[in-house]
Amino acid sequence: MLTCKEFLNSLNEYFDDNAAAEIRALVESHINTCPNCWVILDTTRKTLQIYKGMEPQPLPPGLHDRIMSALDKRK
Amino acid sequence: MHQAETGSLDDLALVHQAKAGDIGAFGELVSRYETRIYRLARNIVALPQDAEDVVQNAFLKAYSKLDSFQENSKFYTWLVRIAVNEALMKLRRRKSSKTVSLDEPIDTGQDELPREIAVWESTPESQYSQTELREILDKAIDDLPPIYRAVFLLRDVDGLSTEETAEALDLSIPAIKSRLLRARLKLRETLTGIFKRKGDDIFAYL
Ligand SMILES: [Zn+2]
Repeated sequence: MLTCKEFLNSLNEYFDDNAAAEIRALVESHINTCPNCWVILDTTRKTLQIYKGMEPQPLPPGLHDRIMSALDKRK
Repeated sequence: MHQAETGSLDDLALVHQAKAGDIGAFGELVSRYETRIYRLARNIVALPQDAEDVVQNAFLKAYSKLDSFQENSKFYTWLVRIAVNEALMKLRRRKSSKTVSLDEPIDTGQDELPREIAVWESTPESQYSQTELREILDKAIDDLPPIYRAVFLLRDVDGLSTEETAEALDLSIPAIKSRLLRARLKLRETLTGIFKRKGDDIFAYL
């Protein structure tokens, strides 16, 4: 059984796509008995989802051309 | 070389052509990565004009240093390394008194322990326009120290592996992991302040 601190230190690994089944099981059994850590896991997951779902900022207009003409001058 | 021909080549083939003097091939690499490099720069230096300078300088520097690219890493990782250095230099110039470094020592106090623990509205992102949401997310990143910004962006937004991030930032893998955890927890904390379900108070969880 993980302590809350060990749970926190396992969070990164838990979100890793290749997380070991053992880590997943340990984390999941901790959050089943610890409401605070359940909230932390849930809101961290949502934090990552929201950031991943963001469209990238559009490139400022003209930046590509400015880079290319600066490169041309270097040639 | 025409767009149709360069477009299908892999990065390394383009690098070879660019090394041989084909600026069009390098232009294709610019097209491939400018949006990601801009996003990275924008989130490290915050000011749009600074971010543009960083992107332009990074590509110019990459082009002039191309001969020193060893090809044992991915071109993009190498490019990120140049761009992050440019971004940090820009920050240093802005905050001349304060050193900005990738390995600022991390305090080992209790401050990474979550303080704000509250469930969120069911889909908080749908309550804001894209513009508002972007502002919220950018502001939260801006509150992080620069190194956390870079690690979080590269790992969680740009999708680099831990190893690639370590290489791009010239940090050890354990250093990346600890910074990533702290960045994630700090962002979670900031967003919780905004997205938490109204009516809940933290005392319910103490
Ligand atoms: Zn716990």
